[in-house]
Amino acid sequence: MFYGVSLTAILVALWLTLSGSYTLSGDYPIVMGLGVISIVIAVALTFRMRIVDRETVPVAPAPALFGYWSWLGGEIVKANLAVTRLVMKPEIDIEPRLVRVPAEQRSGLGLCVFANSITLTPGTVTVDIEDDGFLVHALDGSFTDPAGFAEMGARSDIASDGRRKEVK
Amino acid sequence: MNWGEILQYALFAGSVAAMTTGLVFVLAGAIGVIRLPDFYTRMHAAGVTDTLGAELITLGLILQAQDWQTVAKLLLVGLLVFLTSPTSSHAIANAAHRAGHKPRLSRFHPPHPGEAGKASGEGR
Repeated sequence: MFYGVSLTAILVALWLTLSGSYTLSGDYPIVMGLGVISIVIAVALTFRMRIVDRETVPVAPAPALFGYWSWLGGEIVKANLAVTRLVMKPEIDIEPRLVRVPAEQRSGLGLCVFANSITLTPGTVTVDIEDDGFLVHALDGSFTDPAGFAEMGARSDIASDGRRKEVK
Repeated sequence: MNWGEILQYALFAGSVAAMTTGLVFVLAGAIGVIRLPDFYTRMHAAGVTDTLGAELITLGLILQAQDWQTVAKLLLVGLLVFLTSPTSSHAIANAAHRAGHKPRLSRFHPPHPGEAGKASGEGR
């Protein structure tokens, strides 16, 4: 129920932001009416599909996720500069690697955030997801620092599932 | 000149700086796609365009926006790119991997472009 209310609130906020109308005068009843109809249909369909849960409406981990993304932004800038430097050099000198990165995330959401973070950082792309980790393709040996992957994994785990002791 | 005008000019300068930097990264990604040897390595270069290039251009547009609604919409666009581009990159890479496309794992070190073609008569 909590997730249903949250989903409705998010959809209402999204509709108001995108349409930009808050009053009921002039043409706005049509805009508002269409908004109400589409939100009701969307919420009813998601409930009928039984996909409303912690993963599809991630309101609880959202603040932590935004904090994690700002840290990730710094990493992305660093990796971007490294890849750009490698690529723009007159003499390209790279040694591509395939490495296995262990993932000890507790939920599917955490795994998804970790894998997407690896892919989002230029120089490393998650190629395949295995039972206990990812297969990662790296542009050069300098991008396969295990400590870096471990830090990213720990941070994404905390951001999506809270601290270790609060496991439900 | 009052403070409002100075703020306007500062925002405009910041916007132009952000978009110019973004364009440099987009260009670097395009050059990388041409220069790198195989499919997987080229995908890394495309990632530069996806992340820093796209986000910096969006940031430049946000600095030029006149009302909060445009800012909110552009922030949503930035978030959408941030969430969908790794998903599509992974889909492409995973499809290539499952289809059996082997990545090149040896060292790639072509001669300097100025010297290529002199010795053997062919580039790369």
